[in-house]
Amino acid sequence: MNDYHYDNQTVKGFILSSIFWGVVGIVVGLLLSIQMWSPSHNFPPFFTFGRLRVVHTNGLAFGLGIGAIFGISYYILMRLSKRPLLFPKLARFHLHLFNAAIALAAVSLFAGMNQSLEYAELEWPLDIGVVILWVIFAVNVFGTIIKRKEEQMYISLWYIIATVVAVAVLYIVNNLSIPAGLFKSYHLFSGVNSANVEWWYGHNAVGFIFTTPILAMFYYFLPKSTGMPIYSHRLSIIAFWSLVFAYLWTGAHHLVYTPLPDWIQTLAIVFTIFLIAPSWGSVVNGFYTVGADWSKMRTNYLTKFFIWGITFYGLQTVQGPTQSLRVVSQLIHYTDWVPGHVHMGTMGWVTMTVAACIYYIIPKIYDTEIYSEKVANIHFWLVLIGQLMFSITMWITGIQQGALWKAVNPDGTLKYTFMEVLSKNYPYWQLRTVAGLVFTVGMLFFIYNIHMTIRKGKALAAAKA
Amino acid sequence: MANSALYKNPILFAVVTTVVVLIGTVVTMFYPMMTPEMHPKLEGLKQYTPLQLAGKDVYQQEGCVGCHTQTVRPLKTEVLRYGEYSKAGEFFYDHPFLWGSKRTGPDLARIGGKYPDAWQYKHFEDPQSFFAESNMPKYGWLKNNKLDPADVEAHMKALGFTYQPEDIALLNGKSELDALVAYMQVIGTSVKKADAGDKKKDLSVEPVNPFKGDPKAIASGKELYSQNCSACHGVKGEGGIGPSLIDDEFLYVKGDLKDDDYFELINNGTQAGNVEEGRTMKGGMPPYASLGRDKIWHLVSYIRSLQGK
Repeated sequence: MNDYHYDNQTVKGFILSSIFWGVVGIVVGLLLSIQMWSPSHNFPPFFTFGRLRVVHTNGLAFGLGIGAIFGISYYILMRLSKRPLLFPKLARFHLHLFNAAIALAAVSLFAGMNQSLEYAELEWPLDIGVVILWVIFAVNVFGTIIKRKEEQMYISLWYIIATVVAVAVLYIVNNLSIPAGLFKSYHLFSGVNSANVEWWYGHNAVGFIFTTPILAMFYYFLPKSTGMPIYSHRLSIIAFWSLVFAYLWTGAHHLVYTPLPDWIQTLAIVFTIFLIAPSWGSVVNGFYTVGADWSKMRTNYLTKFFIWGITFYGLQTVQGPTQSLRVVSQLIHYTDWVPGHVHMGTMGWVTMTVAACIYYIIPKIYDTEIYSEKVANIHFWLVLIGQLMFSITMWITGIQQGALWKAVNPDGTLKYTFMEVLSKNYPYWQLRTVAGLVFTVGMLFFIYNIHMTIRKGKALAAAKA
Repeated sequence: MANSALYKNPILFAVVTTVVVLIGTVVTMFYPMMTPEMHPKLEGLKQYTPLQLAGKDVYQQEGCVGCHTQTVRPLKTEVLRYGEYSKAGEFFYDHPFLWGSKRTGPDLARIGGKYPDAWQYKHFEDPQSFFAESNMPKYGWLKNNKLDPADVEAHMKALGFTYQPEDIALLNGKSELDALVAYMQVIGTSVKKADAGDKKKDLSVEPVNPFKGDPKAIASGKELYSQNCSACHGVKGEGGIGPSLIDDEFLYVKGDLKDDDYFELINNGTQAGNVEEGRTMKGGMPPYASLGRDKIWHLVSYIRSLQGK
């Protein structure tokens, strides 16, 4: 049979790198959460809230997220193509370049090199690095699929192809800029237009980094780990095409009530509501797959991660469209509700699904079993509780903030000053730090489990040799 | 349908996917970009000066956009709190836009000219001296970072902004904090102040403070004073950035003002050129209409108590 050994090392390299950057991102997140209620924890110039926030978002989206996407996509790609990667050495180079780029990205953001475009903060030399990384990925994805030894392309491959194509278009267009020095550039677009391009990109970064590649993982690993086939192939086809079609229309729901032309806002809201359908297509497909035997939730620890992950995806994709409605947006936009929303998707859906994939892959690579299902279960409950505490606390904060900002006296004047509203947030912000700690401890259990599994695998390999 | 060539040919699949993602992209992004609707420019809008642009660069460098928005939504209470809602044509020279998406701190779309420079400097150095419960980091350290005029000139050139050599020479010795303050003072100023909300021109207010001498009102006023006024007017009203409230000079003229004049000054602020009781204002004080009628009267009660009246 095929020898995947070399490529497995690359997959493992990406997985461990993504865990490493994940830890960096989470620790920075904890510090940020403390700075929200204790400004004396800002340490200028490198550790102020303004600079750290982008290290947090980029570290987790690009370091943890994309690192895991590269590694796990390579794993899926080989199995679904029934062959090793077409360019294994290129993939190894890809890994090293990825780590170098993320390290430089972190340094540059600490240094304040920031384009001030959300999720596209990196300055132009790093943008070029990201494009090179993506081209290498695309070459291996398409090369390996073209030379595959399996006639059909399984659903996961569709989602990986869509990811490759869409991210390329999004990233290149939004990062078009006017260089003004080695580490400084200005967005090619300005004002209202700049806003429209940025959120067309920003929302679809969510769509094609936090959604499509994670769905690729879900569709591959759920059947693998439960031994049950996906419920409906037809449903996955409909969900796929309607998702990739509708996503690109929705960016302007981030700009509701701004000076962006109303028709673009309204169109975005309409398509955002529509997007519930394809999102729930995948949710339903996941539920019905396990629905054939719900006892798997008890007996197979990975099923729990996948089903709760897809459940949070389902909740996220109902909450998001609800937020886009003008009547809801006017209350919760710009409040702490929004980080509550984002973290349900990232801590609930993305991190849970990625962690489950890693639990599946690492023992396979080492030809052993997971070190401890019990530790995995502790990990599961801690991240679940941490995430729920985080999100629910922030939703309450956001509603309170929005309501107090709007409150008026009988004579029509405002009831609360900005500071009065802000000072009421402190208990919630402190609770959020506790929630973050619970989540972090959960992630430490995960890392410990992976570490011990690798040790066990190495010991077994040594014994065999 | 799963057996069609589409699901067997990755190149065909990629091409179809590209077309599908480009439809929404073209309709909502490329097409509008080609229309003048997306490139509006207010008549009075000016390009940034080198110092202001350097300040905007600092704003981006420090990630201010993570906590502050720069867009006032056309909602009643938002206009009351911040001022006139944002116009599409205000942002023509903003590469990129800096509207933001989170208000951990207040919106800054109408911050330009709201406070005097001295307020901005002191607030950046120690935000908590103005608002004890503020969670804003201190930014006084920016004054140790000197601007590099050559860099700023390169940035002006990249954006195609016009400038005079003198403007670049002016940057010598200026710090990032100077630049940031200059930027603060220009944000949102292309929309005329006269149109800005957050104040009522024709107040119908009682001539005499209805809470005069009320101990509860004085206590409430004391609290409000320490939150909103003491940083400029001093803890006991002795003055500082703003004038003394306990001497006998108001608006640069000897002689006290009446209760309702106090109310109007607090409510409307002092806009340069406006006249109150024959006294011309020089500007500097922002309006506090957002406090509401009762709280403004409480403040008047407290200020009177400071004066021993």
